[in-house]
Amino acid sequence: MNSSKSIAVATPAERRGFRFDMTWPILIGFALVLIALVVLPMSWLVYFSLTDRAGNLTLGNFAQLVTNPTFLDPLITTVILATSASAICCVCAAPMGWLVSRTDMPLRRTVRALVTASFVTPPFLGAIAWELLAAPNSGLLNKAYRALTGAPQDEALFNIYSMGGLIFVISCYTFPYVFVLVANSLDRIPGDLEDASSILGGRTWTTARRVTIPLAMPALLAGALVAFLQAMTLFGSPAILALPAGFHTMTTKIWSLFQYPPKPELAAAASLPLLVLTVLLLRAEHLILGRRGYSVVGGRQGSPRVVQLGAWKWVALGLAFVVLLNPVFLPYGALLNAAFSKVPSQFIWFDNLTLHNIEFAFFELSATKLAFKNTFILCTLAATIGTVLALVISYLTSRQAITGWRALGFLATAPVAVPGIVLGVGLFLTYTRPPFVLYGTLWILLVAFVTIALPSAYQQMQSAFRSVHTDLEEASRILGATRLTTLGRITAPLLRTSVIATWCFIFVGVIRELSAAIMLFTSETKVISVLIFDLNESGDLGAIAVLGLIMLAVTFAVVVAANRIPGFGGGIRFRNT
Amino acid sequence: MKAATFTRRVLLKGAATTAVGLYAAPLRAAPPEAAAITPALVDAAKKEGKLAFYTAMDLPVAERFAKTFEAKFPGITVRVERSGSERVFQRIGQEMESRIYAVDVVNSADAAHFIAWKRSGWLAPYLPEEVARHFPAEHYDPDGLYVTTRVWLSSLGYNTTLVKPQDAPTSFADLLDPKWMGKMVKGHPAYSGTIMTATYQITRDLGWEYLEKLARQKVMQVQSSTDPPKKLALGERAIMADGNDYNLVQLKEAGQPVEPIYPSEGTPLVTGPSGVFKSAPSPNAARLFHNWLSSREGQQLLVDFARQHSVHAQVVEKPGRKKLSEIKLMKDDPAAVERLSEEIKTRYSQIFRV
Repeated sequence: MNSSKSIAVATPAERRGFRFDMTWPILIGFALVLIALVVLPMSWLVYFSLTDRAGNLTLGNFAQLVTNPTFLDPLITTVILATSASAICCVCAAPMGWLVSRTDMPLRRTVRALVTASFVTPPFLGAIAWELLAAPNSGLLNKAYRALTGAPQDEALFNIYSMGGLIFVISCYTFPYVFVLVANSLDRIPGDLEDASSILGGRTWTTARRVTIPLAMPALLAGALVAFLQAMTLFGSPAILALPAGFHTMTTKIWSLFQYPPKPELAAAASLPLLVLTVLLLRAEHLILGRRGYSVVGGRQGSPRVVQLGAWKWVALGLAFVVLLNPVFLPYGALLNAAFSKVPSQFIWFDNLTLHNIEFAFFELSATKLAFKNTFILCTLAATIGTVLALVISYLTSRQAITGWRALGFLATAPVAVPGIVLGVGLFLTYTRPPFVLYGTLWILLVAFVTIALPSAYQQMQSAFRSVHTDLEEASRILGATRLTTLGRITAPLLRTSVIATWCFIFVGVIRELSAAIMLFTSETKVISVLIFDLNESGDLGAIAVLGLIMLAVTFAVVVAANRIPGFGGGIRFRNT
Repeated sequence: MKAATFTRRVLLKGAATTAVGLYAAPLRAAPPEAAAITPALVDAAKKEGKLAFYTAMDLPVAERFAKTFEAKFPGITVRVERSGSERVFQRIGQEMESRIYAVDVVNSADAAHFIAWKRSGWLAPYLPEEVARHFPAEHYDPDGLYVTTRVWLSSLGYNTTLVKPQDAPTSFADLLDPKWMGKMVKGHPAYSGTIMTATYQITRDLGWEYLEKLARQKVMQVQSSTDPPKKLALGERAIMADGNDYNLVQLKEAGQPVEPIYPSEGTPLVTGPSGVFKSAPSPNAARLFHNWLSSREGQQLLVDFARQHSVHAQVVEKPGRKKLSEIKLMKDDPAAVERLSEEIKTRYSQIFRV
């Protein structure tokens, strides 16, 4: 994309600023950080997958993987799961993204805010809430169904402990990824092109098909990809829903291999197919999007065109709310019900209303305070460090600023291919031995969270960079600024919204994180997600509901606050992240 | 009262006669000197100010012990680290290997773990005075490394609104009736020490064929032995195929529609020992807690609130719970569990697919 032009312009600037330019050392530093984050643990992973217990070279682990049905079944399950979830996400999220971005549907802001709510809802919390709603016998929806229809006790409308149930719950909390990418991309496509199409006689549908959809396509494809990867690497929801149903996904299988006695070599081997699959997908995405330029935000810009829906706008709004019922209204309602009910599977009424769960979670549960403190520290640090990394790396790759930018981009994207739990093991192996002994401290969790957050943060920043034309940067460089100065003074302010969005994105992503934390926590570095997972395993649903609601409240507070910091993106609405 | 305690002592002795590998060494070494709760110990503990209690007992039960202890010895906070026993075992192993010394006192539902920890030399010898005086000899380690601080059963159970008492199963064999297809819930031996112990006893006495047949009944698989009772109370499943009987008693007394069943083939017996770690970061607070936990006060709380059984001779049984003497029990054998646990986990996950 315009690479010949930017190189031609950049060269004299570089020559002029050479003496003062701190760019290169800093760039190399970032590359080293990435290598420490990604390459080191992955090397251990590969090493373990290729050795037996005694440390001899072997292919035995992979042989087990392809011959043993207890590994093959989860692999097939995972592929089906991720494909279905990704498809469902695109089908629901793309039209919704278009509705809020390009139509006069009422309550567009509210819909965006509600999608944000489903995005910040930790998937494992959603899974637990859906257990409360749609467990075949005790689920509130099934109970209501039986009460209304007089169906017999063992008849259920929904069974959440099933493959379908798991796909549904995963989609509920994955579709915001697609929505965000599509809506933001549609927001940025200027109306000029569509106007041009109309002026030349294109009807609404023709304009949509020939102009809007092709321009939004990269975002949708990227969204489908992210959704697939999210669904594939998710650990909490399958652990909560698939195990009671009697099947494993790859992530729960890998996790089970670390139960006593641990089998890290098999787990390492089992995680490599996921890695390979993801690399192939990233390659495919690159081939699809690679050659086209989508620089649509330049120095000048027309505002997006709004499609008049007429009476249909109410239908559209109704559909949007039906979709949002599933990730937001119903689960939150179930959690509220469980928090104040003596029996989580009973609707609150005067005879079973209780404050006991709140009392228990705050005054009896001794792990609460420490877990909240650890979580808050980790979220803040990971969000800040992750945003800076993502910003600089996306700059380097989207502007192709250094040789080897491809490798840098790959390194930043690679962690998405590694299930959190496997990364957890890689980090565990790396940082329990000298020279870096981090296990038992919050640092190892920080490293894990930054690494896990990086790919989505990087993709977000990169897709933001893609739509900012280089002409403003080039102007700055021509006037003698170094790359770093340009990034700090021109590009970053232009990307203010995306930077804030990314920070919040990481913050809530870290709160949601369970799969690496579950490998890396010690009793003193427990985070809230691990605590909730523990509580689920022992069936303490009331306490989960209380802690989960608090966790959501904190998250919302952060999102709202980050959105209102004066002078820091002030006046710019936080976009559905 | 004296008669009652006598009966229970005899009984628990009887119940644990096969705990040979764990408790009754052929040549009983001289145990360490019995230690009382002295003002010096309390002061030293208060100086440390905190302790970490790793346990597998039901969370509200563990927290109640912690809060009662904190109230009695103000200035010392107890952090409960609760998970399934097999998880706790893995966690401690992982932490010790990485030289992270976080655990002070541990209580497991899988007595076999103490055999392993004793072999590793991780436990500190400490024999509380009341244990030496009031506990049957087979319920504490000859070297004073651990003490049976609780006894309970892995029973069957049913939800009384979903199943009429006359229709409820009365044996493990009854669970294989097709009418219970899709209506049962059970815990997992790779997570829970209670379930591990019970799975060993069930497969020893009834054979693996029993579990193979049970697996065809579409059983809902949860992790902790504390969860099946809660799933019954929710009404999510009608029958519990294994899990803590004490949770059922607690839930029943709280007005929930659940009822334990003690199967005619015998009910798996679980003994949960506690011990202090040598590497405890708060060694005095750890000893104080361990001492208090096995004292008459701690053990009475175990019976009154936690609804489990104590081997302390002076503890008084609370009515409303079936006495162990009235229940046909399977015999526990921690040494065999230690030997077979890996095989049990592997075979179990092949049969139940998770």
